[in-house]
Amino acid sequence: MIRNPKDFWTGLIYIFFGSSAILIARDYSMGTAVKMGPAYFPTILGGLLLAIGVISVIRSFVVPGPGLGAFAIKGLVLVTVSVVVFGSVVRGLGVAIALPLLIIVSAYGSTRFRWRPTLLMAAGLTIFCVLVFVKGLGIPLRIIGPWLGG
Amino acid sequence: MELLSHLALGLQTAASLANLLYCLLGVFLGTAIGVLPGLGPTATIAMLLPVTFVLPPVTALIMLAGIYYGSQYGGSTTSILVNLPGEAASVVTTLDGYQMAKQGRAGPALAASAIGSFFAGTVATFLIAAFGPPLAAAALKFGPAEFFSLMVLGLVASVVLAQGSLLHAIGMVVLGLLLGLIGTDVNSGTQRFTFGIYDLADGIGFVTVAMGMFGLGEIIRNLQDEEERSVVVTKITGLWPKKEDFKRMVAPILRGTVIGSALGILPGSGSILGSFAAYSIEKKVSRNRAQFGKGAIEGVAAPEAANNAGAQTSFIPLLTLGIPSNPVSALMVGAMIVHGIQPGPSVITEQPALFWGMIVSMWIGNLFLVILNYPLIGMWVRMIMIPYQFLYPGILVFCTIGVFSLKNTEFDIYFMALFGALGYVLSKLGGEPAPMLLAFILGPLMEEYLRRAMLLSRGNPWVFVQRPISATLLALAALAMCSVLIPVFSKTRKEAFVEGAA
Repeated sequence: MIRNPKDFWTGLIYIFFGSSAILIARDYSMGTAVKMGPAYFPTILGGLLLAIGVISVIRSFVVPGPGLGAFAIKGLVLVTVSVVVFGSVVRGLGVAIALPLLIIVSAYGSTRFRWRPTLLMAAGLTIFCVLVFVKGLGIPLRIIGPWLGG
Repeated sequence: MELLSHLALGLQTAASLANLLYCLLGVFLGTAIGVLPGLGPTATIAMLLPVTFVLPPVTALIMLAGIYYGSQYGGSTTSILVNLPGEAASVVTTLDGYQMAKQGRAGPALAASAIGSFFAGTVATFLIAAFGPPLAAAALKFGPAEFFSLMVLGLVASVVLAQGSLLHAIGMVVLGLLLGLIGTDVNSGTQRFTFGIYDLADGIGFVTVAMGMFGLGEIIRNLQDEEERSVVVTKITGLWPKKEDFKRMVAPILRGTVIGSALGILPGSGSILGSFAAYSIEKKVSRNRAQFGKGAIEGVAAPEAANNAGAQTSFIPLLTLGIPSNPVSALMVGAMIVHGIQPGPSVITEQPALFWGMIVSMWIGNLFLVILNYPLIGMWVRMIMIPYQFLYPGILVFCTIGVFSLKNTEFDIYFMALFGALGYVLSKLGGEPAPMLLAFILGPLMEEYLRRAMLLSRGNPWVFVQRPISATLLALAALAMCSVLIPVFSKTRKEAFVEGAA
């Protein structure tokens, strides 16, 4: 029975990263202690992380600890998704569409979300960013992208 | 008198019109973003870093340092006015600062914070000027083994000062070191952990990681419990403290400065430890100790002085040894590398104008803070009142465009999102992002020093304990690690954090 879910899940994450590091590093040359190859340090670190992960998982069955607590799933998903969506459409659609998308999708994560102020804010921030970043600082992004014939 | 000629050189650099302007701009932007809820100094600096990349190195670092004190001061302002510390170091300021504000004495509280910070900043600036060069001279004798051990000490210290489980903090450090190794191996040219992705050949940018873990991660954390923020005072009158307030402030500021300066030098601590220690000491020695927690001006002045002193003296290990002691100085190291400056003891001798210019600009930056905050306090109050639901989409927009502008690739945007999610999940599971960011930046450096040390010792791993300085550093690291395991100290560690959270 898992008595400390935090220890258990962090342990699993550490085991995942540690063992991936060791496995992937097997493709690189190990070298010797005198002349370390590209695999040497990552393998040591991977082993260390794997060990920490294993200890953490074992400990989770022995030493009790607090529960996981509430996760802000809605916020986590909407914030991450809004940023990824922005990244994938900003070149095609241009900032005039991608920015409002980012703002509206992420703002929807708040419990106090309301359409009117959000739309107003999206419009204002987009105009500000276009003027400052695209026109002013010359960041190479189109206002209207090629997908829309811009 | 050498000190004076050095300071004169610094003054010459720092007082150029461009540097003064960027220092002012940094302090202004730092305070403005620092008063915004949910944005600590690390996120603020990460957000504004791309802006400084276009500037010459000295100017960029001066501006960054300005952003740092600005955001820290902004954090103190929100602690006093809305009971919400912008960052860990100003947590204790809320205890008495917010009480004072409730009693209509927000003005004197803000003034105590500003005066304490300015005095501490002045003293700490002189400390850096006095101790920097001899320390750097000593560090010039360091070989790769010493540098490796020094980094181990720095990472161990960040682990010891992290909240929560020791095991998780060590895990976060190792994970950070590993993630730092992604990219092309300098010695063999092998692409490590890149999965054939071209954009990963140079590794993941530290700004991307910092913005993800501190910027996005913090937003997601804040969305979890959206709280009502109420400013107790919308109009602040009587900013200037009374004569009696001044009298009560003097000793706490002096004590806070000493404690903060001393603790700030320790790797890994920065200003957090100092402000906690200063508050608890003041609570024991003050004549008005009964008033503590109910709005004692001493309880604002001492930690604020300590926090600023520590923020400044944490630049000593950064500038002389090239070892960052907290996430903020880790970002500064990253910025220096971007500008082609290898942080370390040679900076003083090879770039004296940069070193001394930065030190003098720290003092000027502190002066700007005091001057700037009197007329602008009304504006900060209005900024604090921006509801969070309108704020965070804007922060996201700036983070996203900022991270894109680094290399003009969408790839960094995806990675920022990934680190935001990872940072949130790990922090929910009890892994703190600060030690990980430190390790992320130190990863490639550590590997390099390990390689060189082993090459020089012909593969003898005992070299790290055979060389006296290296052995001492490792012994200190071991001692620090053991101290957490000893019940008495680990209890005080817990209490300090509990007091902070209260």
